[in-house]
Amino acid sequence: MNIPIEYYLILSGFMFLVGVAGVLTRRNAIIVFMSIELMLNSANLSLVTFSSYMGNSTGQLFVFFVMTVAAAEAAVGLAIILAMFRNKLTLNIDDINILKW
Amino acid sequence: MVQLIYLTTLLPLLGFLFNGLFGSKIKNEKIIGIIGSSTIGISFLIVVGAFFQTLSMPVDQRQTIVNLFTWIKVGNLDVNVSYQVDQLSLLMGLIVTGVGFIIHVYSIGYMHGDKGFGRFFAYLNLFIFAMMNLVLGSNFLLLFLGWEGVGLCSYLLIGFWYDRKFEKSTTSDAAKKAFIVNRIGDFGFLLGIFLIYLTFGSLNFNDVFARAASLNIPQYVFNFIALFLFIGAMGKSAQIPLYIWLPDAMAGPTPVSALIHAATMVTAGVYMVARCSIIYASAPAIMEFVAIIGALTAIFAASIALVQNDIKKVLAYSTVSQLGYMFLALGVGAFSAALFHVMTHAFFKALLFLGAGSVIHGMHDEQNIQNYGGLKKYMPKTYVTFLIASLAIAGIPPLSGFFSKDEILWSSYADGNIIYWLIGVVTALLTAFYMFRLVSLTFDGKERFGHDKHPHESPAVMTIPLIILAVLAAVGGFIGIPEIFSGEHGNQFDNWLEPIFQPAQAKIAMFGVHSSLEEIVLMVVTLVGVIGSIYAARYIYIKNIKPAEKLSKRFNGVYNLLLNKYYVDEIYDASVVTPIVKGSEIVLWKFADIKIIDGLINGVANLIEKISGSIRKIQTGVAQFYALIMMLGIVAALFWIILSL
Amino acid sequence: MSLQLILFILFGTISAISSVLMITRTNALISALFLILNFAGLSGLYLTLNAQFIAVTQVIVYAGAIMVLFLFVIMLLKPEHEKYFSHQPKLKIFAFFIAFIVFIQLVFMIFVSHPSQGNNANVAASVKAGTIEEIGKQLYTNYVLPFEAAGYLLLAATIGAIVLAKKKFE
Repeated sequence: MNIPIEYYLILSGFMFLVGVAGVLTRRNAIIVFMSIELMLNSANLSLVTFSSYMGNSTGQLFVFFVMTVAAAEAAVGLAIILAMFRNKLTLNIDDINILKW
Repeated sequence: MVQLIYLTTLLPLLGFLFNGLFGSKIKNEKIIGIIGSSTIGISFLIVVGAFFQTLSMPVDQRQTIVNLFTWIKVGNLDVNVSYQVDQLSLLMGLIVTGVGFIIHVYSIGYMHGDKGFGRFFAYLNLFIFAMMNLVLGSNFLLLFLGWEGVGLCSYLLIGFWYDRKFEKSTTSDAAKKAFIVNRIGDFGFLLGIFLIYLTFGSLNFNDVFARAASLNIPQYVFNFIALFLFIGAMGKSAQIPLYIWLPDAMAGPTPVSALIHAATMVTAGVYMVARCSIIYASAPAIMEFVAIIGALTAIFAASIALVQNDIKKVLAYSTVSQLGYMFLALGVGAFSAALFHVMTHAFFKALLFLGAGSVIHGMHDEQNIQNYGGLKKYMPKTYVTFLIASLAIAGIPPLSGFFSKDEILWSSYADGNIIYWLIGVVTALLTAFYMFRLVSLTFDGKERFGHDKHPHESPAVMTIPLIILAVLAAVGGFIGIPEIFSGEHGNQFDNWLEPIFQPAQAKIAMFGVHSSLEEIVLMVVTLVGVIGSIYAARYIYIKNIKPAEKLSKRFNGVYNLLLNKYYVDEIYDASVVTPIVKGSEIVLWKFADIKIIDGLINGVANLIEKISGSIRKIQTGVAQFYALIMMLGIVAALFWIILSL
Repeated sequence: MSLQLILFILFGTISAISSVLMITRTNALISALFLILNFAGLSGLYLTLNAQFIAVTQVIVYAGAIMVLFLFVIMLLKPEHEKYFSHQPKLKIFAFFIAFIVFIQLVFMIFVSHPSQGNNANVAASVKAGTIEEIGKQLYTNYVLPFEAAGYLLLAATIGAIVLAKKKFE
């Protein structure tokens, strides 16, 4: 392990916040969803980094489970987006603002 | 048989469930009627069996407690559903199931073709269930359950023809009146039960009465318990001032009037006071009060009955008057005399009501006795049985009413207060007069009904119960022949109940003097008066109406006063009902409810609406905005973590 | 310069740039392709961390399965290009600002806490931890229950996705 662990962690943090920025600013529901995937992956990177640097496979197992959940999430999330699109004929989440009152 | 006593409540309950659930589905009246009556008939047989079994036991072992299950167990309060089979409850059970069975059978004929046939039998069965719980229960709570249950059934049955008019209002109003007036009494009764539990720490009859006899409890506690219980009895047994519901209760079908409002339910108060005889014996002041109320009610109601024209109203006031007799007897400490009168009264008054029902049935729902006349040739069986009952209630020997009434009169005389005796005798004369006024106007004289009426005798299913009751009313008195006639065996009826009332009688220590000569003289005096009264009534109302008309004209004020029942309903209306209604409307509704309570609630709601109206704009509904707020939270959380590093 | 550092810089740069490009493209299809590139870069990074199994899974599951699903949906719905990237410019700027602040905070925390200090990076252990053998052993011993649960989760998600996407809501 020739390089400091901080490199990986900062890269992970950077990707995470790029994902956050995507979630907060984009209007297209699919892109927002992809940004969430990006955030998940940046967390995965941290987990693998620690796992590797500590010589313990637990972190990688967690990544494995995160991937499972992400797959499930993608399937259901995309199905919701499909249903939403059929009802509203739009993917713009500004127009999907019934979550109030 | 004694152990099977729980069937006497279970069977009517099953009958109630059957008729209540399926009664409207089954169109066949026979099935409903047979099920409704047979449950009571079997119950009657069980009570008879239990009676003979108890009779064969030694006198000091005649009380059996049949414990079914634990009902309530909270802290020190431990109430079982258990039935107490003893002399008193067996007597009441025999009356309730016996007369109840006869009236059930009669109802099959009387209610024939009514659209609520199944409902009627369901209610009647429910009533017997409640009434049997009342008389068999071995603790005050079960007594109270039955007490409220019979009140409910009374309410349901008075308003049975809920779509019919009754006098100026509807039958539902009469039902409500009965229920509310009863509630007033029940409130007192409930207070009495609370006080009993507070004082004696138990609700079981045996515990309470044993402790009442042995513990050293202040006099005023006894007075309050006795008074509160008596208030309950006043409501249920229609005593002054709570009697007003009973005449209106005649809005119900006539078998109901016979069963509930003459024979059984209204005597529940007498039963209860007799059951608590030891408590009353410990409160002499309240005993005196009971006697005064009873005497006043007796003469008061009898005077109203003199001028009423509705056949059932006359009988209703007569019932109130006879109940007054019973309370007079209780008040002077003649508990077994009161119960003797309960029994004989159940026979002849049920018979009178059923006979009246037969007349009403034959006259197509006509109830005004001024529109009857000469019915004896159309309905001979009804006439004969009605006449027997009238003679019995008037107190002609050897019919049952003579013995019970005489025992009450003698007891009130022997108690030392001649006023009670005088009131009793005057009431007896009035009773004889109004009963024979009723008989004469209904069955004798000219026919005063229109040609559209075709009076006819009732079917056998109605006349056979009349005949059975007539036999009972005629010979029922022989079980209680006074000591002076029966010799050394004494009064059989008193002997049977003696173990129940022995502790109370010991405390009162009356009936010390038995002057047989005095008793016979009083008996003859009363009898002569009663016979004279009967002849007067027959003379006036069959041969020559003029004296009565003259009398009513001369004493126009008194006549109107009686006709309008002393304006008691109007007085209650003006003094109690109207103030409550007005007060509720003006103060409670328009001010307290609308201004204060509604105002408070609306004010709070308005305030919240205003606040949330300005706050809700934060809720944009845009998910990203929420995420942004969440990120702000994360910034804050991370700052906190950094500061603590 | 060691090989690990060279590879880290290579793949790290790919990941970082592709992620930025991903969130800035107006066309969802292009965004998805950049996300795939980002996942490929991540996979490379996993290899530099000796996590062979995760690296392969990353390519198969993420870049292969999940992203294909995304592309399918994008092609199916043919969403219009986002014409207005900055609908509420102030809010956008504020969002970027917040993200930046959090990033600064994270970096600060990483440097302050010196995570590399206590790490005596043992290469042999690290290699062993990333093998399929080790992960499989863990998965079927200590983690068998979560593993089963994950299976049920996937089943539920499959059914849920079919139900949701199958017919219109009525």
